[in-house]
Amino acid sequence: MALFIVQLLTGLANAMFLFLVASGLSLIFGVTRIVNFAHGSFYMLAAYLASSLAAALPLGPASFYAAVVLAPLGVALLGGLIEVCLLRRIYRAPELYQVLLTFAVVLVIGDAVKFFWGTENRTGPSPPGLSGSVPILGQLFPTYDLAILLLGPLLALGLWWVLHRTRWGILIRAATSDREMVGALGVNQAWLFTGVFVLGTWLAGLAGALQMPRVALTTVMDSTVIVETFVVVVIGGMGSAFGALLGAVLIGVLQAFGILWLPREFQLAIIFILMAAVLILRPWGLLGRPETESGTAGEALRREVGGRLRPPRWVWAGILLALMVLPSLLPTFYVWVLVEILAFALFAGSLQLLVGTGGMLSFGHAAYFGLGAYGAALLMKQAALPMPVAFLLAPLVAAAAALFFGAFCVRLSGVYFAMLTLAFAQIAFAVVHQWYDFTGGDNGILGVWPAASLAAPVRYYYLALLAAVCGLSALWRVTGSPFGYTLRAARDHPRRCQAVGVNVRSHRLLAFGVAGFFAGLGGAVFAFAKGSVFPDYLSMPMSVQSLVMVLLGGIHALAGAPVGAAVYKLLDIVITKYTGYWQAVLGGILVFLVVAFPHGLVGFVQARWARMRASLG
Amino acid sequence: MRHPLPRPIRSGKLALASWPVFGGLVVAFLLVIPSGAGAQQPIRIGEVNSYTGIAAGFTLPYRQAVEMAVEEINAGGGLLGRRVEVLFRDDKGNPAEAITHAQELVFGEKVALLAGTFLSNVGLAVSDFARQNKVLFVAAEPLTEALTWSRGHRYAFRVRPNTHSQGRMLAERAAKLPYKRWAVIGPNYEYGRRAWETFWARLKELKPDVQLVGEHWPTLGKIEPGGYITALLSQQPQAVYVSLFGSDWIAFAREASKRGLFQKAFFVGILLGEPEYMEPLKLEAPEGMLVTGYPWYDIQAPAHKDFVAKFQKRADRTPVVGSLVGYLTFQSIFEAIRKAGSTDTEKMVAALEGLKVETPIGPISFRPFDHQSTMGAWVGTTKLDARRGGGIMVNWEYVPGEKVLPSEAEVRKMREAAQ
Repeated sequence: MALFIVQLLTGLANAMFLFLVASGLSLIFGVTRIVNFAHGSFYMLAAYLASSLAAALPLGPASFYAAVVLAPLGVALLGGLIEVCLLRRIYRAPELYQVLLTFAVVLVIGDAVKFFWGTENRTGPSPPGLSGSVPILGQLFPTYDLAILLLGPLLALGLWWVLHRTRWGILIRAATSDREMVGALGVNQAWLFTGVFVLGTWLAGLAGALQMPRVALTTVMDSTVIVETFVVVVIGGMGSAFGALLGAVLIGVLQAFGILWLPREFQLAIIFILMAAVLILRPWGLLGRPETESGTAGEALRREVGGRLRPPRWVWAGILLALMVLPSLLPTFYVWVLVEILAFALFAGSLQLLVGTGGMLSFGHAAYFGLGAYGAALLMKQAALPMPVAFLLAPLVAAAAALFFGAFCVRLSGVYFAMLTLAFAQIAFAVVHQWYDFTGGDNGILGVWPAASLAAPVRYYYLALLAAVCGLSALWRVTGSPFGYTLRAARDHPRRCQAVGVNVRSHRLLAFGVAGFFAGLGGAVFAFAKGSVFPDYLSMPMSVQSLVMVLLGGIHALAGAPVGAAVYKLLDIVITKYTGYWQAVLGGILVFLVVAFPHGLVGFVQARWARMRASLG
Repeated sequence: MRHPLPRPIRSGKLALASWPVFGGLVVAFLLVIPSGAGAQQPIRIGEVNSYTGIAAGFTLPYRQAVEMAVEEINAGGGLLGRRVEVLFRDDKGNPAEAITHAQELVFGEKVALLAGTFLSNVGLAVSDFARQNKVLFVAAEPLTEALTWSRGHRYAFRVRPNTHSQGRMLAERAAKLPYKRWAVIGPNYEYGRRAWETFWARLKELKPDVQLVGEHWPTLGKIEPGGYITALLSQQPQAVYVSLFGSDWIAFAREASKRGLFQKAFFVGILLGEPEYMEPLKLEAPEGMLVTGYPWYDIQAPAHKDFVAKFQKRADRTPVVGSLVGYLTFQSIFEAIRKAGSTDTEKMVAALEGLKVETPIGPISFRPFDHQSTMGAWVGTTKLDARRGGGIMVNWEYVPGEKVLPSEAEVRKMREAAQ
């Protein structure tokens, strides 16, 4: 019994931190519809800032508490600045571009922390007066955690008061239910957005600052917290602050008792299994509200810019010729870079079919890229198939997984769809990561090199080129086919589509399977180029990377994905070569590109092309 | 009905989206890309390591020592009459990224060999690349046994003592302790589990009556220590073996002292006596733990004192074990190139096999049959030292690699089993 109660208290104390971070993210999402990847970065920044302040302030024991108050305020201020200076510029672009912008902010803050505080692990100061522990039922329990257990509900109460008893809070809730209506009633949305962003980052900052006596301060705190926060927000209901409280308590307690009862193979996956279950059974979360037709992430995806760019045949022939000749002119390393770009062009191109044409935002597309890679490696190593056969069959593995997961995903739309894809990708990641006997676990599978006849860099390049050209033209064919047009119709007006007798779900499922297939092909190309496969291929950073590539090129531009893949990969490689602060430089360039070309690079060319043609008559 | 076309976007006051901006970017991009290899004069060594990501907390003092070794060799006229240049690349803690850099370094920069890596899976990936492309790879820090044994090959060498060696050293000492009820906590990750398996197998061999009362494998980098500590307390082990990594250990140690776990059980920790693990905890470091580590402050050999002084001057900080390994790795590489008289891969491999290197901690050699160096580790107990403001190791002894490494026949058996 004592064990049970102490474990419960421990779980609840962890839950309070999750609640603070998640409520902030949930509020920001509810009002601005931004999935803010930078939320974890504010949490990390506040923890570092607070530990430095606590050491520097000349207040004796009180400096710890002064730091806990001041650091979140500083971070909230920074959040406000970022909202005003960056996000506000592009509110008229598709909302996804704001996701790209928050991703850039993640990179920049990550390097800022590295620059100011170094990369070595640090510990924050202990809280004066609360650093001891008290016996509870014969077990020692940290006093600080008890204080957190009191503070958490108080903060929740305060949040409730703000949201329900102040005019500002009422506006926030109104905007969460119907943003356009609030705008129509004459409320200044700009300041409402800024205010919510500041409040949200303050909550994240507070959690970070309060964590400093408990955990190690590391440069990966941001990514560790953000994924768990997504889970909490989804379980509680996007946009609901109290849902976040409920979700946090559930996750905190589940993790605490999971330690006692769950076999270790499941510990990585358990919260994502819960997340997937909630999304399947009650997509809008425990306390959220079912999404109205407007205001979904899908809405923003509808606006296609400019006319379709249809370059004459000779342009294509020229590009193809250049790609054929290029490897014999370039040094070997750049041949491998090109191979990698081709793999990512397939990966991003398949995602574009989902996001651009289908209006289905996926946060977990890396699952199919990774399963393609693993499919190739396992067919070769475990099934002892020759390399070319493994290469050809691998996409089928990915497609099968995509059809299975997709069957659940396509029942949802908008951000719920995105979150379910994320949950499935994380589950797939956990399986690959934990199934040591079959997948090699975190060691991955090594020795996945191409057959001897294909091993020379230039030969393998031609194989990759063949795969990419076939794959991309197939994807473009699909986009231009009646099936592609139906997908687009289903994206823009799912109800009308249904009314004229189109089975929207089965169309979407097929698109999901096709996208999975070509992502898997990209994965197979990648696997043999690297000679090895690892769980990282299925990880969330990989999914985010593919999304960044699609956005960089332009979601509605056919050539967007390969161009985005090439630009991103080359930037990445060139920058990493010249500076240790690659994150800051890459993030800065991304910010610039997003603000300068809010419809992607190819999207920009398309729009201008269309205007020029129009003005020429 | 067609959906309406939106107005072209003019982003605020700053109308950035324009042809000149776009064209300028394209030109800038084309200018940056074909920056090929320059003069081939210096001897170039490619170094891949995790300067960001999960292992970022460990690699900077390593790099500083490598830079120091390179500066020293160049100050003495370089190698074979040529300057030495090390090209550092960040693998971000990601094996695929490491392969990209290996490709760039080998095919683009034409480096003579690859060195470095910290994480086990990154080390294995680079090693496999080296095997495929017949390039020499001298691994510095990855601990997995597989690197030199089950997945060892002609082109891979490793400097640091692996999980097997360190686990064995700890088991020899732990077997002399009276504890029978054991528990383990480590990351759910290759390193954490391997580090436990060797230790436990050896301990059971030496002391057959030990029993395992609990095992805990939290997700790497995501430990919620409170819950694990309650669980450990309820299992009432007499001794706990810890293979937690980096930040997980820090969070666990802070919470365990508050919850009184250190008073209730004896602790054995692999690597936990290293400055990398002790320093961040300052005076919160637990006392009386049996650990492997690096008591640089107490090693009296003049050569080592000299190394510490030089490093402190160069890096403006005290050394960690990574610094020592980095220095030794590059000393060995230089020695091998000198002995080979060229940077030809096969000649360097031949030179490294059986190569004996004089280092600040005495001579080490590379075993010709498995390419593992005989660098050892220090085993001792932890103690707080108020004067230094943190934990130190006391009652330590240096266990050389020769004492704990398996014989040639055993290695051959492991390699055959992996085939």
